[in-house]
Amino acid sequence: MIRFRKGDGERASLFTRRSLLLAGGQLTLMSALAGRLYQLQVLDSERFSTMAEENRVNVRLLPPSRGLIFDRTGEPLAINRNNFRAMVTSDRGRGAEMVIDRLDQILNLGEAEKGRLLRELRRSRNFQPSVVRENLGWEEVARLEFNAPDLPGVFIDIGQTRDYPEGELMSHIVGYTGRVSDEDLAGRDDPVLQLATMRFGKKGVERSLEDDLRGRAGAVQVEVNAVGRVVRELDRTDGQAGDNVLLTVDLELQRFAAERLRAAQVNAEHKSGSVVVIDIVTGDILAMVSDPGFDPNVFARGITQAEWREMLDNPERPLNNKAISGVYPPGSTYKMVTALAALESKAIEPGTILPCNGYVELGDIKFHCWLKGGHGGLNVVGGLYNSCDCFFYEAARRTGVDKIAEMANRLGFGQISSLGLPGESAGNQPTRSWKQDKYNIPWQQGDTFNLGIGQGYMTATPLQLAVMTARVANGGYDVQPNLLLAKAAPREELAPPVPTQKPAAPSMRLNPQHVALVREGMNLVVNSPSGTAQQLRYDSTGKMLDPQFRFAGKTGTAQVKRISERERAMGVTEAQLPWHLRSHALFVCFGPVDNPRYACAVIVEHGMAGGATAGPIGRDVLVETMKRDPSRRTGTFRKTASL
Amino acid sequence: MTVTSLSLGAPPAVGLGEKIWRVNWGLILVLTAIAGVGVLALYSAAGGRFEPWAAKHAIRYGASLVLLLMVAFVHPKVWLSLAWPLYVFSLLLLIAVDVAGKIGMGAQRWLVIGPLQVQPSEIAKVAVILVLARYYHGLTREQAGKFLYTLAPLVVIMAPVALVMVQPDLGTALMVMLGGAALLFVAGVRLWMFLAAAIGAVGCLPIAWTFMHEYQRKRVLTFLDPDRDPLGAGYHITQSKIAIGSGGLFGKGFLKGTQSALNFLPEKQTDFIFTTFVEEWGMVGACVLLALFTLVLVWGFSIALRSQHHFGRLIALGVTAMMFLYVFINTAMVMGLLPVVGVPLPLVSNGGTAMVSVMFACGLMIGVNVYRDAQLPLAR
Repeated sequence: MIRFRKGDGERASLFTRRSLLLAGGQLTLMSALAGRLYQLQVLDSERFSTMAEENRVNVRLLPPSRGLIFDRTGEPLAINRNNFRAMVTSDRGRGAEMVIDRLDQILNLGEAEKGRLLRELRRSRNFQPSVVRENLGWEEVARLEFNAPDLPGVFIDIGQTRDYPEGELMSHIVGYTGRVSDEDLAGRDDPVLQLATMRFGKKGVERSLEDDLRGRAGAVQVEVNAVGRVVRELDRTDGQAGDNVLLTVDLELQRFAAERLRAAQVNAEHKSGSVVVIDIVTGDILAMVSDPGFDPNVFARGITQAEWREMLDNPERPLNNKAISGVYPPGSTYKMVTALAALESKAIEPGTILPCNGYVELGDIKFHCWLKGGHGGLNVVGGLYNSCDCFFYEAARRTGVDKIAEMANRLGFGQISSLGLPGESAGNQPTRSWKQDKYNIPWQQGDTFNLGIGQGYMTATPLQLAVMTARVANGGYDVQPNLLLAKAAPREELAPPVPTQKPAAPSMRLNPQHVALVREGMNLVVNSPSGTAQQLRYDSTGKMLDPQFRFAGKTGTAQVKRISERERAMGVTEAQLPWHLRSHALFVCFGPVDNPRYACAVIVEHGMAGGATAGPIGRDVLVETMKRDPSRRTGTFRKTASL
Repeated sequence: MTVTSLSLGAPPAVGLGEKIWRVNWGLILVLTAIAGVGVLALYSAAGGRFEPWAAKHAIRYGASLVLLLMVAFVHPKVWLSLAWPLYVFSLLLLIAVDVAGKIGMGAQRWLVIGPLQVQPSEIAKVAVILVLARYYHGLTREQAGKFLYTLAPLVVIMAPVALVMVQPDLGTALMVMLGGAALLFVAGVRLWMFLAAAIGAVGCLPIAWTFMHEYQRKRVLTFLDPDRDPLGAGYHITQSKIAIGSGGLFGKGFLKGTQSALNFLPEKQTDFIFTTFVEEWGMVGACVLLALFTLVLVWGFSIALRSQHHFGRLIALGVTAMMFLYVFINTAMVMGLLPVVGVPLPLVSNGGTAMVSVMFACGLMIGVNVYRDAQLPLAR
């Protein structure tokens, strides 16, 4: 019982009233705390639990090592080099100055680097490491390890950098890798692509086989503390390295072709050209040169803006793979297409003789034959080995543009091949409807004449010329060009296919007699004393070729600028034109002539004469191919163990 | 100064046995339970070790308990005469820290005397209660209601507040102000004066803002919108909420809290000890702890109401208000209901001075019960 004394009563009862009010207020506030607890721990508990788990467990992806690329004989073309990086972390720059000073003594960082590191470390949260230096040598690694006790927060990290031992030589085939771009991410949800250190194929095989070469990421689940430092490893899933691949290319043949092409242009103002060698039975690309190339290792280490600018501005277009993306009028190398189309459509018979007086008149335009005065009368074989333009004007007229285009498509023109490399061009195979759609003017007879000799609207890539030659040489089999000989997971055997003699590709069902006539025409181009490339019967020293290396071919000189009658009368010759206006020199060939196995296409940009400039390159490359016989050179897979 | 007696005749003599009987042993049990929670939480915060906090905490509690009992048996008339000297002493200490204090946590709060680190603001909290209780003990109800008689208490409250603000220690300043206000309220200060003060305080906010340190402003802004900078100033609140929320109804289990074990929690052994505890013991644990504190408050009110002298009533109520403010400000802060101000959770947080001052205050309160029918002179 509470009693109040006299005089104290009044203030005591006020005190009691107000105390109870205060107590009520406190009780209300305490209930509010309980309510807040209910809100946090019951209503929102799940959300906060997830956040706590995310705080605690950190999944770190382990980038897979990229698949290696070899040529058909097992020579390495793209490998991974360990890149020893010195890294340093600190807790928001604490103690960083001392560590950086010691690093400076070991690695000679210099003042600028020291400043950069210190800034990065002070800025960084959560123990994000900074790179001190990349590509450390063994001695530097050893010195850092030896001094490790004095270098808290410093560690050596092993990353991988792509290395291209053949550099420029294989640059267009192998390509290069770069940082993952947004476009690369489209349609791919592989989380490893989000890693900053990840690289993605940008060009060449690195790009076309990206999904095979990349491999699968491993992951390690680690428990981290608030500053991101790993406390312990919870779980680890090992990734899988990307597939190793054997390309169809024969590195030594590629080297030979590149050097031969380069040697032929030694006096040219600019050097620009392409050579493609293909196995006519399998479609294997044995060499694919685009001159000039570039050093892909520059991209691997990180290209500067200036270097990139310079490559883009170079008139020789080193970044451009001319074998697949350079488009040229095929000129006379297209005459096989016209001949086959004419024969197959029965526009001419094998024995049909067409006249040549040196020109054909169409309205008031004269279409000239290259031979002033004309060839008289020729059949299809004669038309081919004399490269008579009048024969093919008339054959084309009789056949019609759409029949020619149909045959051209079957032989590979006007479409992108199965090669799969990025940046391939389809060239242009004109038709009636194409011209109507494109220029809104109807197809003219003159356009057919031009198409018959591979000029006018017609353009093709060196690869298409090689494929066409291959399909003619193998008797009409629909071989598809390809670059991938074999691929296998890292620990599996990389087994190339068994060499074959007969094409696995379906026959195009051409009349064998017609194909034989075209091949005979190409044979006589080289092996008849009156062939347009008869000098190629001899090797560069003037000796007759060994019979087993005899080959067939077709020259082509594709006009870039038409030399007018007036200029001709004034004696203007090709050599007096600026480089970029001179004709392109082309040559296609296959061999051995009796039992063909290989086909080759050569283009020398603005090389003026097909027979004189491109022909000898084609001859030497093809003979070298026949000598090496790369179709039998498979099955070895050297050096992989040590890589 | 007149000294009168309001008592009717002599009080009944109280023997030692009666005194011991009057000590609120149940309250002491509750306090011990709270300190026990502190030991558990600190043991867990250290990653399952008694070092460096839990063992010291237990020892410190034991020592403080002795102090509490000693204080409880001191006759209130002693405190009546000691109130002003203690208050002046605490003001001097506060000035001393401002001048020569040790820099800690960006603010000067400690004074090092030999091996002791003294936090004078803790002494000031108790001294203000004593002085105000003594002051109103000597006033009639009519006097207490007059404005002129309210000026002195205001100065008594604001002097230490000003000195603490300089340090700067927003939490303590807030506690002294609100605790003082509670005492003025129960002592009979007119309600319109509280209203005027509230309006005045709101009016002064912009001025206070300009006097605030950058980190204090940041804390206020962060409180208003913790997602403003989740890795910076809002980090503490966010992480604390994650820890409490992820504890759920029954908690993650003793020693199984991940947030504090992995250092996501700042100051996990001091201001954020509630979070550490609640993450592991869940809402059930939190409610038990809050219930224990509520018991302390209930005891405090009952002691206040049973005291037959005004001095005792005001002391018991002042101590109760102080306890409430400690608990409320601390827990509301770690749950994101108040800005982060440095207020520990009494008897649970690691820290010596706070423990000593809280136990001292509770000793005063129990002393009020022991001497609830003492006759005191009405000195002013």
